[in-house]
Amino acid sequence: MTMIFNIPFIAVVAMIFIGLYAVLFKRNLVKMVIGISIIESGVNLFLITLGYREGGVVPIFTSAPSEVVKNAPGSMVLPVPQALTLTSIVIGVAVLALMLSLIMHIYEHYGTLDVRKIRGPEE
Amino acid sequence: MNWFELITLHSPPLIVAVPLLTAFLTPLVSKINEIVRNLFVLIMLCITGLLVLILGYDVLTNGIRTYVFGGGAPLPSGMNIPVRIMFEIDSMTIFMVIITIILAIICILYSWSFMKDQDGLDKYYTIILLLVTSIFGMELTGDLFNFFVFLEISCITSCALIAFYVHKKESLDAAFKYIVISSIGALFILFAIGLLYAQYNALNMATIANAIQFTFFDKIVLVLLVTGLAMKSGLAPMHMWLPDAYSSSPASVTFILVGATLAGLYGGLRVIFTIYGNQLLNTGFTFYPGLLIGIIITTLGVLSIFIGVFMALKRSDFKKMIAYTAVAEIGYMFLAIGSYLIGLALSVPDNPQMLVAGTYALKGGLFHILNDALDIGLLFLVAGAVYYATKQTSLNSLGGLARNMKYTTIFFLIGLLAVSGMPPMNGFASKLLIYQSTYQISPILSIIAIICSIMLLAVFVKVFQSIFLGPEIPSLKNVKEVPKSMLAAMALVACIIIFIGLFPNIIIDNLVTPAAEALQNTTSYISTIVGGA
Amino acid sequence: MSQMSKIVRTLSNIAFPFIMIFGFYVIAHGHLTPGGGFQGGAVVASGCIMLLVAYGSTWVFEKIKVSRLSVFESLGALGFIGVAFFGLLFGGWFFNNFLVRNGILFNIVPKTGSTAAEFNTAGVLPLMNFAVGVKVIAGLFVIVLVMAYASSLKEWKQ
Repeated sequence: MTMIFNIPFIAVVAMIFIGLYAVLFKRNLVKMVIGISIIESGVNLFLITLGYREGGVVPIFTSAPSEVVKNAPGSMVLPVPQALTLTSIVIGVAVLALMLSLIMHIYEHYGTLDVRKIRGPEE
Repeated sequence: MNWFELITLHSPPLIVAVPLLTAFLTPLVSKINEIVRNLFVLIMLCITGLLVLILGYDVLTNGIRTYVFGGGAPLPSGMNIPVRIMFEIDSMTIFMVIITIILAIICILYSWSFMKDQDGLDKYYTIILLLVTSIFGMELTGDLFNFFVFLEISCITSCALIAFYVHKKESLDAAFKYIVISSIGALFILFAIGLLYAQYNALNMATIANAIQFTFFDKIVLVLLVTGLAMKSGLAPMHMWLPDAYSSSPASVTFILVGATLAGLYGGLRVIFTIYGNQLLNTGFTFYPGLLIGIIITTLGVLSIFIGVFMALKRSDFKKMIAYTAVAEIGYMFLAIGSYLIGLALSVPDNPQMLVAGTYALKGGLFHILNDALDIGLLFLVAGAVYYATKQTSLNSLGGLARNMKYTTIFFLIGLLAVSGMPPMNGFASKLLIYQSTYQISPILSIIAIICSIMLLAVFVKVFQSIFLGPEIPSLKNVKEVPKSMLAAMALVACIIIFIGLFPNIIIDNLVTPAAEALQNTTSYISTIVGGA
Repeated sequence: MSQMSKIVRTLSNIAFPFIMIFGFYVIAHGHLTPGGGFQGGAVVASGCIMLLVAYGSTWVFEKIKVSRLSVFESLGALGFIGVAFFGLLFGGWFFNNFLVRNGILFNIVPKTGSTAAEFNTAGVLPLMNFAVGVKVIAGLFVIVLVMAYASSLKEWKQ
C-alpha cells in the first residue's frame, strides 16, 4: 500500500530526467524548450504531491462542511504548496514566452532551429 | 516616532518597492519626454540609495533587522514558525545592497548617452529597474521561496537585456544559452526548496537553518542549491554562458549583469553559511562536511581562474577578453570562500591559526566582491565607450585611440591596474588578503593565484598596447571622445576604485569585517527569528 | 494570419461572452474560491486570443493598439504596488490589509462553513486580484499579439 503513494515521486524523478535528456541531447531548439517545460512540470508535480494530506479538507472557506470548521479546523490543508506551484506556473509561462520569442528571432536570422548549424562566428 | 525612525523602520520593503514602482511608472513618464524619463529614473534610484544608506547605518549600529510584510511582530498569529514573507537584513546583506545600488546608479548614468540612439528605451529602463529590484529582493529576503521568485525575475530580465541587440546573431545565441542554463538552475533550486519544505514544513531560512539535520535529503538539497546558484554566478564548469552574455550585451547592461551574477554568489554564501552553517562541523561523518564543500569549491575556483585567464589570453575580441577575466575574478572569490571553509574544518581540534587565516581569506573574498564589481565594471564601461566611438570590438581593427580619447585611456589604465591587482588600486588590497591567507592554507593555491593575476596583467597590457597605443589607424582618425554622461559614470567608478585603493581599511573595518562576522555567526541570524537558541 | 472559416468565427462569437464572464468571475471571487488574478486573467486573455485566431491578426490590429495594452499592463502593476503602499500609509505596514474588518463597507466577519460568497470580506485582496487580473490580461494578450505581428510581418515579406 505504501508503494502506491510513492508513484508520484517516481513520476517526478522520471519527468525531470526525461526533461534533462531532452535539453542535453536534442538538437532542435523547440525540443529543448519542451524539455525545460517537462522538468518544470516534474517539479510542479513534486510540490503538489507534497501538499497532499490524507484525510485533509480542501481549504476553500465557503465550501467547507461546517462541522469540519467547527470541530477539526486543523484538518483543513495549509495551501502553501499549491501557492508555490501556482507561482512557479506563472514564472514558467513568462520563461516559456521569452524562450519562444527568442526562438522566433533565431529562426529569422539563421533559417534553422538545428543547434549544430546555429553557432556564432568563432571570433 | 518621528519621520526618520519611520523611514528606518520601513526602509527594507521600500528599497524593493521604489525601483519596482519606478519600473512601471517609466513607460507612462516616458510619454512626456526623454530627458524627464532619464531624470526620473536617476532621481528615484538616488532615493533608493538614500534608503540603502539609512538602512545600512541602522543595521551596522543596531544589529540584525527583520521586516514582516503586512504585520508587526516577527511572529504574527501566534504560530511557532514564521508563516509570512519576511525580510531579514544583516551586515552581509547591507554589503551586497550597497554594491548593487552603486552599480545601478552608475548604469543609469552611463546609459543616458550610451543608449541614446536605440529605440524601445522606455522598456529598456523598465527591465533594468526590474532587474535591480530582483537583485535587491534576492539580497534582502529571509524566505527561500521568495528568493526563488526574485531569482527567476532576475533570470527573465537579464535574458531580455542580453538580447537587447535583437538584430545581432550573437546576442540572441547568448540570451538563449543564458535562459536555458539559468532556468534549469532555477528549477533545481525550486526542487531543493520543495525537499526542504517537505522535511521541515517551513520556507523561512532561519527556521530551516535551526531545524536542519543533515539527513540524506539535506545533502541532495545542498548539492542542488549550490549547483543552481553556481550556474547563476558562472563558476567554472557552468561558466559557458557568461562570456557570451557579457560580451554581446550593451556595456551598461553588462555592468548591471555583474551585479546579478554577484547576487547568485550571495545566494550561495547564504546557503552554505546560514542554512548549513551549523552543520559545517557536523561530527557524524568520517570528515567534516565543511572540509568537503571547501575542497570542492576551492577546486572549482582554481579551475575558473585557469579557464578565465587562458581563454582571455587566446581571444582577440576586446569584450570577450574582459568577460573571461570576469570568470577568473569569480574564481578568486570562490577560492577565498573555499579556503575559509577548509581553514574552519582544519582548525577544529587545536589549530586556531588556521581559523584566523581562513577568516582573512573570507574577508578578502568578500572585499573582492566589491572590487570585482567595480574593476570589471569599469573595464566593460571602457569597452562600451570604445565601441560607442569606433563601432569595433576586435583588437586587430583598433589602434592609437589614446590620441583622441585621452580620458577613456586613463580610465582603462586604472581598470587594468585594478583588475590585475597592482598596488595603488583596490584590487591589490583584496588580492593581497587572499594571497596571504591561502598561503597558510596551502601554498600552491596562493602561487596559482599570483601567477594567474600576473597573466591577467599581461593580457591587459597587450590590450592596452594594441587599442590605445601604436600607430593611428586611418579609419579611426575622426574618432571623438565619448559624451559627458559616459565620462562621468566612468570617472565615478574610477574615483571609488582609487579611494578604496588608497584607504582600504575604511571599507574593511566598516563594511567587510561586519559582513564576514555576520556570515560566520549563524546563530545570531537564526535566533533573531526563532528566538532563544 | 488570415481569418478562419465562418463556422469557427460564429462559434467563437457564441463562446466569447461565456469565457469572459467565467474569467471575470474567477478574478472577482479569487479570495473566496480557488482562482484569482492570474488564473482569471489567463482565461480572459485566452478568450481574446481565440478571437485573434478566428478573425486573423489584421482584423485585431485594426481594433487594438499594442501600446495601449502596454499602458494597461503598467497600470495593473502600479495598482498592485499602489495597494501595498496604501497599506503602509493607512495600516502602518507594507502590504497591510488595512480594509479588512474596518469601516462600513468591510465590517463583515464571514460566517464559518458553507455561506453565500460575500464579496466584501477580504479587504484589499479583491483589489489586488483586480490589479493582477488587468496586468495578466494585458500582458498575455500582448505577448501573443506581438508574436502574431512578427509572423504576419514575415508572411508579408514573402
